Amino acid sequence: MNAAPVSPVAFGANPFAPSEFERRKVRRASRNKWLMFAFCAVLVIPLVAILVDIFVKAAPVLSLDYLWLNPVNKGKEGGLWAPLVGTFYLVIGSLLFVAPVGILAAIYLNEYAKEGWLNRTISITVTSLAGVPSIVHGLFGLGAFVLTMLPAVNRMIADPNHPETKWEGGLLTASLTIAVMNLPVVITATREALGAVPQAFREACWNLGATRWQAIRTIVLPNSFSGILTGIILVVSRAAGETAPILFTGATFFKWVADSGWDKLFPYNIREPFMALSMHLNIISTQISQMPEVMKFGSAAVLIGLILFINSFAIVLRVWLRGHKRW
Amino acid sequence: MAEFQKVRARKKFRFLDALEKPIEVLIRLCGWSSIIGIAAIFLFIFKEAAPMVPKLDWIHFFTSARWIPNPAPGNPPSFGAWALLVGTFATTFIALIIAVPVGLGAAVYISEFARGKGKETLKIVIELLAAIPSIVWGFIGLMVLGPIIKGIFTAAPGSAWGKIMVAFHLATAETGASQGTNLLTGGVILALMSVPLIVSLSEDALRAVPDSFREAALALGANTWETVRRVLFPAARNGLLAACMLGMGRAIGETMAVLLATGHNNRIPEALTDPVRTMTATIAAEMGETVHGSEHYRVLFILGIVLFIATCGINVASDLIVKGVKKANQS
Repeated sequence: MNAAPVSPVAFGANPFAPSEFERRKVRRASRNKWLMFAFCAVLVIPLVAILVDIFVKAAPVLSLDYLWLNPVNKGKEGGLWAPLVGTFYLVIGSLLFVAPVGILAAIYLNEYAKEGWLNRTISITVTSLAGVPSIVHGLFGLGAFVLTMLPAVNRMIADPNHPETKWEGGLLTASLTIAVMNLPVVITATREALGAVPQAFREACWNLGATRWQAIRTIVLPNSFSGILTGIILVVSRAAGETAPILFTGATFFKWVADSGWDKLFPYNIREPFMALSMHLNIISTQISQMPEVMKFGSAAVLIGLILFINSFAIVLRVWLRGHKRW
Repeated sequence: MAEFQKVRARKKFRFLDALEKPIEVLIRLCGWSSIIGIAAIFLFIFKEAAPMVPKLDWIHFFTSARWIPNPAPGNPPSFGAWALLVGTFATTFIALIIAVPVGLGAAVYISEFARGKGKETLKIVIELLAAIPSIVWGFIGLMVLGPIIKGIFTAAPGSAWGKIMVAFHLATAETGASQGTNLLTGGVILALMSVPLIVSLSEDALRAVPDSFREAALALGANTWETVRRVLFPAARNGLLAACMLGMGRAIGETMAVLLATGHNNRIPEALTDPVRTMTATIAAEMGETVHGSEHYRVLFILGIVLFIATCGINVASDLIVKGVKKANQS
């Protein structure tokens, strides 16, 4: 009804020249495209600048010695070895708990569960668990592991006459807390990887007489291995960076660590408090007075570098995976 | 016959196959792990908070800004969390004002305009941003962004900029912000933290719109922007809404970043650059100093319950929104 009036075309003029309406349309489209691009730039450029700034300010202390030496004098001198190795064991410990449970849970959801209320409930709880704030996970770890599990353990195995055999909040409780926090991440990533294996593979396997478990073990898992690994790597980086869940569940600011020998590699007992890099950064940037700026920036740079390093592994793996996809 | 027997003889006993039944039971048990996890979280937090629930003056808790857990000897403690609630919602609100347009814009650019290498690079950068831990964001707020914001919002008393700041509630005093860590810094940091989440979820939502929608729009003469504005936004509306809600959930629950970047001052903010204090930061800062079993300790767990219920509500709601769309598309 409301068709645009056809403008009379003057003799000799280009009859295909865009009308004012069309020109405005093109202008608006290109303006909005640049606006969207500007949003990306606003997001990316200042952040890259900030990260570069942190690394530049940290440059005077960054060296292999900085990673290898223990902190001295509340972290004002020395390096980052003790917190780094604590973070390493924390990551390993939480993976030991979360990887088997998470992968098996994803196998259940993707391969066994039928559509229905149970499957639906589990999906919703996975989403909710992913959204629980990290500090609430910390409270949970405190209530469940430090204040409920450890007293029970102590009643069973600790000798009341020897206080050194008592279990305190430490690597074990912190790992368990981080494991619960990362459970939904592992489940989601694994489920995605399992879902990417075509249904026809399973059907072919069943038709050859394989049971459900045989099909999963010989066909589904090998074909989704790299995808699961990518998810695990992301969990590693998350576990290494978290602070709030370990604040009250075992991390401490200072624990003596040997400067040489095997004890330097295995400094922490699972039943004793440990140091972690994120906790170290938290304390030295807020609690210690007269902390040299360069040490704060140094710890931040090492933590950022560690996280980006782990994540780039996951990205490289995924790109490689896409290149080698066989179906 | 001989051939058949040879095959039979070679058939080995496979350990993992013999375990099929127990493994299946184990898998089913692990399938329940997330339900157990969420129930255990609620149970244990509630267990620690329970003795205080009937004793707490709830009206006071939700309306008073007097948070004095450790009063001078002789005075009763006061647990008024109103300023903490306001602090949480103010920082989240500022974060969303920044993060929603930037996140949606970046998602549209990545999903509809960017091509080839540029697209891949942007996606990788956004993913790396999402991986930066919250303590590092807090550190950036404290050491890098805070000084910049303090520099911008500082003026000589009586100067025009100072008067403007007071008139528009940018600062309470004409001299500007009293410290670099404040509501605005915390909001910006939270925005930067929730943008990667909003971008990746919105991009998923946009990608879920069938290509036939785009082709139909283009065939009718719409250009890319008009397709985005008139076709993709309405079609992906619920997915985009869910992305923003999850971004909000992340901003509410964030702890270390706001602990370091908001100034940690328990009062109702009157201007954009006033220091504030959030619920999460209060738990993180005070839990270490409380006596286990004291009233203060239990009230901190009650704050945890409030946070838990709020974020769970947001997550379940956004989940239902997305699922509702899927169902509608199928029918």
